[in-house]
Amino acid sequence: MYKCTGYVFPESMEEAYKLNQKKSNKIIAGGGWLKLGSRQYATLIDLSRLGLDEIYEDEECFKIGAMVSLRQLETHEGLNLYTQGAIKESLKHIVGVQFRNSATIGGSIYGRFGFSDVLTMLMALDGFAGLYKGGSVPLEDFAKMKYDRDILSAVTIRKQKNIKTVYSSFRNQSTDFPVLACAMSLSEGKIRTALGARPARAEVITAELPTDIDRFANETANSFAYGGNMRASAEYRRHIAYVLIKRNAEILAGGKAYGD
Amino acid sequence: MEIKLWLNGKAVRDDVSPDMPLLEFLRKQGMYSVKRGCETSGCGLCSVLVEGKPVLSCTYPLMRADGTHITTLEGLEKEAEEFGAFLADEGADQCGFCNPGFIINVIAMTRELENPDEEDIKEYLAGNLCRCTGFMGQLRAVKKYIEHKRSEGRGE
Repeated sequence: MYKCTGYVFPESMEEAYKLNQKKSNKIIAGGGWLKLGSRQYATLIDLSRLGLDEIYEDEECFKIGAMVSLRQLETHEGLNLYTQGAIKESLKHIVGVQFRNSATIGGSIYGRFGFSDVLTMLMALDGFAGLYKGGSVPLEDFAKMKYDRDILSAVTIRKQKNIKTVYSSFRNQSTDFPVLACAMSLSEGKIRTALGARPARAEVITAELPTDIDRFANETANSFAYGGNMRASAEYRRHIAYVLIKRNAEILAGGKAYGD
Repeated sequence: MEIKLWLNGKAVRDDVSPDMPLLEFLRKQGMYSVKRGCETSGCGLCSVLVEGKPVLSCTYPLMRADGTHITTLEGLEKEAEEFGAFLADEGADQCGFCNPGFIINVIAMTRELENPDEEDIKEYLAGNLCRCTGFMGQLRAVKKYIEHKRSEGRGE
């Protein structure tokens, strides 16, 4: 459990940003990750009173506030319609409903955790991290950035016409971290494959819609790097990647797209 | 730091350390139904309702709960007793340590989901661990309880 001596609810992003420049202070999102550590902080900065807990949808995009809970995202009708339920599939295996009611999108994305289902999913959807000072950064670039003192205020997903999306993960046990996470989307003949929990941070690869799915799955799986940890070896993960990519690509090759 | 919230309908005011987990605060207030079963936000035993939503009180920041309405099992006596009878009838519980968190989440589920099927039930309750049993008795109890609530709703 973390320790802290102060706790503030900033009234503006500028106030939050200023507080966050002090190295001994820390932004608290859902608290799930901080809780697992035992760091001592001066002041925790709570963003929950800045109106960042809503999902806006219009013709062009979805804008997901950083303090939106995983459960809000999971049960959002518009996003599930847009992704053919892939959003729900990417979230429903994370711990339990109680955890997902307080864990946030901001915490998951800012953390850029290797095990993150959320980062993998939103990367395949071509999401953008909205940074208070740094502006809009594609998630695939954001995932490679070092931790800094900027604040993630939202994640934006620009709507693509006739997009199809699919998500699957492999877990040794229900509610555990994934051994591998695979999110894919198909739009205008291009497939985006995001692989997470390799166990490194998610990365994404874009390719033309293949004719030979088995070959595509093999080649795509081979173009990512894998590592071993207590959950699985690198070789095992590579094989699971091939299986999940193949299954997902088969689903993308058939079925209905958003807007059909 | 000062905190003021509504605990099972009663206004509570206290001076707390800002890093105190909500779980510890609730136990300090005498809510001993709230248990700590793990150190990793993974067991569901400490579940409580914040503004009607089930959360893990070991993880939810206490200061964020300032001004909110919190419900523990102590505040849901009637529903807990009603569902508890179904659990007992199915011989579902053994040591009973996980019961309060489980019952809280079952109540939250019946309030949130309309007519959940077996898959919905398993998905909603997956974050509540029981280390004595294999969950089958609990599942039977939940199904019978839901059926009972439905027939009550139909006025039977």
